[in-house]
Amino acid sequence: MITRALLENDRTGKWFLAIVLGLAIVVPILHLAVPPSSPFHVSTATLALLGKYLCFALLALSLDLVWGYCGILSLGHGAFFALGGYAMGMYLMRQIGTRGVYAHPVLPDFMVFLNWKELPWFWYGFENAWFAFLMVMAVPGLLAFVFGWFAFRSRVTGVYLSIITQALTYALLLAFFRNDMGFGGNNGLTDFKDILGFPVQANTTRAALFAASALALALGYLAARAIVASRLGKVLVCIRDAESRTRFIGYRVEHYKTFVFTVSAVMAGIAGALYVPQVGIINPSEFNPANSIEVVIWVAVGGRGTLAGAALGAVLVNFAKTTFTTGFLAPYWLFALGALFVITTIWLPKGILGKFNDLWERWRSSRVAKPEQKPAPVPQLAE
Amino acid sequence: MGRLIRLLLLITSLAVGGFAVPHRAAAAPEDLAAGLALIAKDSFNDTLSGIDAIARSGVPHAAALVEALQDRRMLIDTANQKVFYREPAGTVREAQSNEVVASPPAGLTAVRLNNRVRGAASAAIGALSLMNPDPQRRIQAAQAVMKSRDPTALAVLDAALAAEKLPNVKAELQLAWAAVTFSKSDAPLDKRLEAVALLKDARSREAVSILRSLPADAAAPLRESTTSAISSIEQRLALWGYVQNVWYGVSLGSVLLIAAIGLAITFGVMGVINMAHGEMVMLGAYTTFVVQEFCRTSAPWLFDYSLVAAIPLAFLVAGGVGVAIERGVIRHLYGRPLETLLATWGISLILQQAVRTAFGPTNREVGTPQFMSGAMEIGGLVITWNRLYIVIFAGLIFVGLLLALRYTSLGLHMRAVTQNRRMASSMGIRTGRVDALTFGLGSGIAGLAGVALSQIDNVSPNLGQSYIIDSFLVVVFGGVGNLWGTLIGALSIGMANKLLEPYAGAVLGKILLLVAIIVFIQKRPRGLFALKGRAVEA
Repeated sequence: MITRALLENDRTGKWFLAIVLGLAIVVPILHLAVPPSSPFHVSTATLALLGKYLCFALLALSLDLVWGYCGILSLGHGAFFALGGYAMGMYLMRQIGTRGVYAHPVLPDFMVFLNWKELPWFWYGFENAWFAFLMVMAVPGLLAFVFGWFAFRSRVTGVYLSIITQALTYALLLAFFRNDMGFGGNNGLTDFKDILGFPVQANTTRAALFAASALALALGYLAARAIVASRLGKVLVCIRDAESRTRFIGYRVEHYKTFVFTVSAVMAGIAGALYVPQVGIINPSEFNPANSIEVVIWVAVGGRGTLAGAALGAVLVNFAKTTFTTGFLAPYWLFALGALFVITTIWLPKGILGKFNDLWERWRSSRVAKPEQKPAPVPQLAE
Repeated sequence: MGRLIRLLLLITSLAVGGFAVPHRAAAAPEDLAAGLALIAKDSFNDTLSGIDAIARSGVPHAAALVEALQDRRMLIDTANQKVFYREPAGTVREAQSNEVVASPPAGLTAVRLNNRVRGAASAAIGALSLMNPDPQRRIQAAQAVMKSRDPTALAVLDAALAAEKLPNVKAELQLAWAAVTFSKSDAPLDKRLEAVALLKDARSREAVSILRSLPADAAAPLRESTTSAISSIEQRLALWGYVQNVWYGVSLGSVLLIAAIGLAITFGVMGVINMAHGEMVMLGAYTTFVVQEFCRTSAPWLFDYSLVAAIPLAFLVAGGVGVAIERGVIRHLYGRPLETLLATWGISLILQQAVRTAFGPTNREVGTPQFMSGAMEIGGLVITWNRLYIVIFAGLIFVGLLLALRYTSLGLHMRAVTQNRRMASSMGIRTGRVDALTFGLGSGIAGLAGVALSQIDNVSPNLGQSYIIDSFLVVVFGGVGNLWGTLIGALSIGMANKLLEPYAGAVLGKILLLVAIIVFIQKRPRGLFALKGRAVEA
């Protein structure tokens, strides 16, 4: 019911959900049921790659929610993604049990290696899946809430906000590189074995993870759509377009911003959590500020303020990246990415989906307007 | 240490080469005879005592003898118990008389060595070169004795002290004397106390380690004065360490200033976030590299001036690229600062990859000219010349920029555009041209930063990336549109970074600093020196 109400005026959204949910069903079937000899078979590598794209799409969606609809250009969304990933990684580490290299029943390998005697307090509870999944959402959400609360209340806006979000993820990058932090330092967390009792490497688990990612993307889309279609969403757009005016009318701008920033961070955290078991590793390089800026370009390419476009952009840019960096074109990838930044910002300010919608509207209105199209000669104004 | 010994060997061999040794304490040939007799026995313990005796004798060729011994050029005629030595050139001399022996007796064997003998020989050589005519070598010899603290050197030291005329050499000799006397447990107490006082005045880390070596069973007054001397020196050292950290802070601050000041101009005047700023720095560094390569291959005599030549070229290259970027891309994005940020990030990726393609991904080496290498010492403070030059260079750029903004017509136009773009435009200022030139100026200064950074950092395609975040923090912290803000921002961030480092470690210190800046921005969202008025909201 709610879904239908949400999608009533959202043609793109219907297509988007149909495609994503279709993928959630078709790709696992093609992977599991179709024999490898068939041309329709989806290999394990492709499945992992597609799953990765879907996680990136969810991350892009979360950024589009804050950037496209509220004008907050976060250059640190990778930090929320990585934090969610680390929460998931910690759960997966605890599932290894005695199968690690040092076969310690409690401590992960890197702690034994560092000669630690007991588990640090912040690792408590992560052996429990539900607690870990809660943390996947709670940790990025809490960080975003605290950060956003202070930043938005002090009216840090525009490029200043962008730069301190960048400083945030940079600080986290440095922090997670330290061995003393208790997150595996440089190497991060890896060598996962089980998730919810199923082996991570198994084909069925991979297929299920892929389906879960697609489902999360669909749900994320619906949640974001629900927010932007509501009254609250209208206020967000007001804030984006005229922040001072919205404040003068009487809205508490900082509350709206903090809310949407926190929701977005939670979505990014979930994306990170789904990403980690499919890729098999999480390390501090995910906090690299350059990664967060790359997320922005996915959104910009797809079309900011379109939700579905952001997801599309993420998939397209990453597909291009995979294609470029695996072939003889590898040295030119940065040229292509850089050019993409420049071209998108100058010639495609609304992104691919925005451009497409514009063309579609123009085409439709020209068809509707055709019968009575007899434009009266407009008198030219003298210069 | 090995280098020092080799140096000492060189010195002694030079001394043997015919310098008359002045201020000689009375030579004692009988000591020499006794020593040679001991060496002729060719047992390790006797050789050790023999070396002492030779060193004590003070004959002119004593150093040559010990050196020969160490090099296995000291020969024994076992039949007659006579000792000879062969000079490096090949002539054989009689050890006692130092006369050339035209036909050395047959069956000469080299004196056997072990590590103890070798050690004693080097110490003796060190002690013997205390008499060297060259003051610089006497100082080196004194320092070597201070390191070895060989009690046998004491006699030579006393002689050298008595003969020494130059005050700076004398101070070194006294220090060496103090070190030896202090470590010699059977020296008279008053002498040792005197040694403590001398070491205390030296205020060096070495003095502390000598003082610390005092055994626990030493006499009470000695122990007390030693402890107080150690604490006094350490206080002093801590103070100098603090001063040193402040200097490091100033140095880092000037590097940040140099990297950020161009950004402050483009950001302040045009409101443009130039993420490619770091790449302008990198272009400046690569320009320096190219200029230097050119000098190396075609005009080696210009090598020392290659940096000077690189300064205007780096400015032009980076400035030219900057103008091209402004005209080509940024012009289309005015009023959309976030998009500008993305576009310039894209440009930065392209420039990085272009440089990587052209020069390869590895670090390129940019040499340091003669006048910039080395270091100077003020008290306990060590200042390397290249860092000092960079601080001066940063100061010059800052002052030059201030003057340019204040007194040139471009500066006047820039300030007008900053304050009110539309009004400036109405008054006939071509804002587009001012924008392009401003961007060129900011980028050109980034190029100058590249020349400076090529001296202290690796010249690689990633050079710019490592400075961009710091530069932004400086600008944001200092406040946009105010060069003084950038100066204070750069110096305080540099200083805070270096002063935090000893307590928190490099990484944690950096994290703390980032958090502090994030918190600071909450307090003052527009930085330390914010522009006031309507222009802010635009």
